[in-house]
Amino acid sequence: MPKDSGIGASSKRREDIRFLTGAGNYTDDINVYGQAYVHFLRSDVAHGRIVSIDTDAAAAMPGVVRVFTGADFASVGGLPCGWQVTDRFGQPMQEPAHPVLAQGKVRHVGDPIAAVVAESPEQARDAAEAISVEIEELPAVVDMKAALSADAPKVHDDLTSNLCYDWGFVEENKDAVAAAFEKAAHVTTLELVNQRLVANPMEPRVAVGDYSRATDESTLYTTSQNPHVIRLLMGAFVLGIPEHKLRVVAPDVGGGFGTKIFHYAEEAFCTFAARQLARAVKWTSSRSEAFMSDAHGRDHVTKIELALDADNNFTALRTETYANMGAYLSTFAPSVPTWLHGTLMAGTYKTPLIYVNVKAVFTNTVPVDAYRGAGRPEATYQLERVIDKAARELGVDPIALRRQNFITQFPYATPVAVEYDTGDYHATMDKLEEIADLAGFEARLAESKARGKLRGLGVNCYIEACGIAPSNLVGQLGARAGLYESATVRVNATGSISVMTGSHSHGQGHETAFPQVVADMLGIDESMIDIVHGDTARTPMGMGTYGSRSLAVGGSAMVKATNKIIAKAKKIAAHLLEASEADIELKDGQFSVAGTDKSVAWGDVTLAAYVPHNYPLEDMEPGLEETAFYDPSNFTYPSGAYACEVEVDPDTGRVTVERFAAADDFGNIVNPMIVSGQVHGGLAQGIGQALLEGAVYDENGQLLTGSYMDYAMPRASDLPFYTVDHSCSTPCTHNPLGVKGCGEAGAIGSPPAVVNAVVDALRRQGHDITHIDMPLSPSRVWAAMQGE
Amino acid sequence: MYAFDFEKPSSIAEAVAALKDEDAQALSGGQTLLPTLKQRLASPSKLVSLGGIAEMQGICHNDAGQICIGAATPHARVAAEVAANYPALAALAGGIGDPAVRNRGTIGGSLANNDPSACYPSAALASGAVIVTNARQIAADDYFQGMFATALEEGEIITEVRFPVPQSAAYVKFEQPASRFALVGVFVARFADGVRVAVTGASENGVFRWAEAEAALSANFAADALDGLALPADGMIADLHGSAAYRAHLVGVLTKRAVTNAA
Ligand SMILES: Cc1cc2nc3c(=O)[nH]c(=O)nc-3n(C[C@H](O)[C@H](O)[C@H](O)COP(=O)(O)OP(=O)(O)OC[C@H]3O[C@@H](n4cnc5c(N)ncnc54)[C@H](O)[C@@H]3O)c2cc1C
Repeated sequence: MPKDSGIGASSKRREDIRFLTGAGNYTDDINVYGQAYVHFLRSDVAHGRIVSIDTDAAAAMPGVVRVFTGADFASVGGLPCGWQVTDRFGQPMQEPAHPVLAQGKVRHVGDPIAAVVAESPEQARDAAEAISVEIEELPAVVDMKAALSADAPKVHDDLTSNLCYDWGFVEENKDAVAAAFEKAAHVTTLELVNQRLVANPMEPRVAVGDYSRATDESTLYTTSQNPHVIRLLMGAFVLGIPEHKLRVVAPDVGGGFGTKIFHYAEEAFCTFAARQLARAVKWTSSRSEAFMSDAHGRDHVTKIELALDADNNFTALRTETYANMGAYLSTFAPSVPTWLHGTLMAGTYKTPLIYVNVKAVFTNTVPVDAYRGAGRPEATYQLERVIDKAARELGVDPIALRRQNFITQFPYATPVAVEYDTGDYHATMDKLEEIADLAGFEARLAESKARGKLRGLGVNCYIEACGIAPSNLVGQLGARAGLYESATVRVNATGSISVMTGSHSHGQGHETAFPQVVADMLGIDESMIDIVHGDTARTPMGMGTYGSRSLAVGGSAMVKATNKIIAKAKKIAAHLLEASEADIELKDGQFSVAGTDKSVAWGDVTLAAYVPHNYPLEDMEPGLEETAFYDPSNFTYPSGAYACEVEVDPDTGRVTVERFAAADDFGNIVNPMIVSGQVHGGLAQGIGQALLEGAVYDENGQLLTGSYMDYAMPRASDLPFYTVDHSCSTPCTHNPLGVKGCGEAGAIGSPPAVVNAVVDALRRQGHDITHIDMPLSPSRVWAAMQGE
Repeated sequence: MYAFDFEKPSSIAEAVAALKDEDAQALSGGQTLLPTLKQRLASPSKLVSLGGIAEMQGICHNDAGQICIGAATPHARVAAEVAANYPALAALAGGIGDPAVRNRGTIGGSLANNDPSACYPSAALASGAVIVTNARQIAADDYFQGMFATALEEGEIITEVRFPVPQSAAYVKFEQPASRFALVGVFVARFADGVRVAVTGASENGVFRWAEAEAALSANFAADALDGLALPADGMIADLHGSAAYRAHLVGVLTKRAVTNAA
């Protein structure tokens, strides 16, 4: 029986009422009395030396408050990078300065050069056009391999080259891996591109900086997934404002997908300018600006090799990846192709030897950072594609080849430094075969053929590491932050509860799902509980939402805090009932004395806590409010198996996704409806990557896909009705909820399924095609069919 | 946007007069012009809205049996109101953009703009439509003069478009994946005196008629009459979304499909 409340219930998303009725409070809805507006003058060349900037004419334009240039930021820190990667040789990565406004050089189209603050957005924009900037254009580097050649122009003159780092993992295994390749019965090699994507949340970024002369406090309202992280980075590293004088608010946020994790120049600018001008300064990104200033995602070029023995067991895996960093290091950029990618290269398979090499490269392009899945989609894509190719070369069934190599014993320590706690990969594959009706594929194939269409089937697995992360571990790996989460459970006198969490909801449904957990633990109605998030002044220090961590880490903190509440409430109940604390039971919101009919209600206990007339004041403080921090002891490891069926139009190369099935193991599930929704959204983005999306630069560093005229987003009509199942559950062993996280799975697991399916369709038709790079646009598929 | 003056005349004559000002520009549905203004890629001194001119609105039939569409009629109305008499034209209008675009964008704006990837130009050319302006009547064959280029003079307004109704017709659009404009679109119209085939999206010279296909289909209106016919890739548009060879290939595929759909 599906439950109708608490853990396991598909409670309707309460926040949707305000989102769908126009009552949301997004950053752009925030207007501070007397605010001014900023317009950024951005570089229209990819690489150049700033010879001069003349702002006199602009400063004299109507409504202009002040014009800022890089010179105004000379005494201010640059944007910090939150993760330092150590290279194969034990050296720290090359870490260039990242100024708020360009200093001396511009390094990508969209790099901010100057900023005009004016009374209206139009006046700011008019004046920005009146700034005259002389730029000596320099040759741009766009292609990563070209950027590493000895004579390539340098993006950063003060670095030794365009190489950020050359990372080897596990470096000590390198020779053993090479030896295993020597001995292999079969080696499959695949070169592929995981193309650059633009995250495109529905809400573009917005920042409003405010400053109070009365209290010397700054407030930044911003479209962020993690306001505390922004407060720390911007306060401590950029502007030098101590935390108690800086408040960061991220109200309703209309989608993030990773791109709103990072600390951006515009946030620092608005906060800085508001202090300088003693008045609020607002910036609202246009969609065009978003394309050239939001951090992009992916952009890996990879060669992967898989070694197998004569019995088709995987014996070794070796990869060489070029990862684009763009022109600067965005906040967590260095971690994505390394620790979020290399550690997942084992997938669901017991390959004993793995070596991952990643060269991170600076180019004259927009910085690249985490985007839904972040590193794990790149790992999954190459691994699941090379396995598919190996199966074809060996003439074995791709599912059987996977099954044969599945990890079956848990916990399992991979050769790439992580330990999977639980999983049952055969179970999810069994479930997939059932829900995808793989047995019926041949009949569907024949039916497609009768209509002149080429049908193909693609199947793959994925694993991800979520619930990021044990702080001490990530500290060793170079993170400059802890990755715990916090919660304060504030029980009010009449029994209602506010839960302050450091996680942040920007579409995930926390306001619905989190109360389900607390309500379940206390046995009270979900509607008595509200979630407070997104405001450093109202929530304890927390690290925010990304990496499918909110329930696994933030939820665990909430469970810990709620357990403290229960412990104290039982003491109060014992006093009221004149019973021993050990005999008190909490069920359905009633505290009772075991074995008797004596009880007090939740509300009686909470009232006693705040009106402590009859209360053991000598033993206990009044009040009922508890805070907990939870630092996970391991990652969580959601996994699953996906199947995609496509049809290819042989005349045009157009691919349509006919069926898509996802069998996921997310451990325990709090709200099945929300989980399905998360999978649906992830699949849309993954299928979007596979078939449609792709950011393309020309050789001069101009972004050719700078608008929706050329950047193809998936739409409902591009997607099938999905079959998703999350009944296969091996609960996480190390967090109190047994949950693993579900936010990124769809985007991680689906691109290889789609590409595998298209390759399958074309091969069945006799085309000798082993790979097509994403996006599998009609023209690319058609060209592949022509042998191009 | 840069600042501009705005006028909303109620007759064609007033609109023509208003457009005499230097840098004045006609505004119809605004679905092309407004995005251009927002990006500050154009700076007209004055916008003259054609939306308030009753004589440019609506659809009727003339004595010659032509469908006459007021130039300021939005795509959605064409989709709804010519469905019975000219279903291929209605389907084309119903396939432009999204509902918002179809309820604002107009046939006159589309033909005046003559985007090389727009749908309407192929219908006008394949139908042998007449573009009626405040000053004259222009045969479609003379009207389209290359990418974004038309026979319109400075300040000249399209007031109406007259479509002869073919015996049968079909438009097949292959969407560019991002914009959903036509990567290639082919309109085939079969008249008693011959078949006309117009291709949009493909050529660097904008919409064009495919003479060889017309001859073959006029002799035998069947998809296989096109077997062996192919357009050269030379002069076809090549971009992110398709090479010149791909577009040339698509013209052949889509023409066959249009014939099949029209037959
Ligand atoms: C999201 C989106 C998707 C679209 N998809 C498609 C598509 O799939 N296929 C397609 O064909 N089109 C598409 N369009 C374009 C759409 O059809 C436009 O409406 C059309 O191209 C222009 O018509 P308008 O009435 O909006 O003209 P406006 O934008 O008002 O004007 C366009 C130009 O024509 C001039 N003009 C307007 N009316 C007249 C007139 N009567 N006489 C002389 N000059 C005039 C204007 O001065 C301006 O230069 C799309 C547009 C959008 C925004």
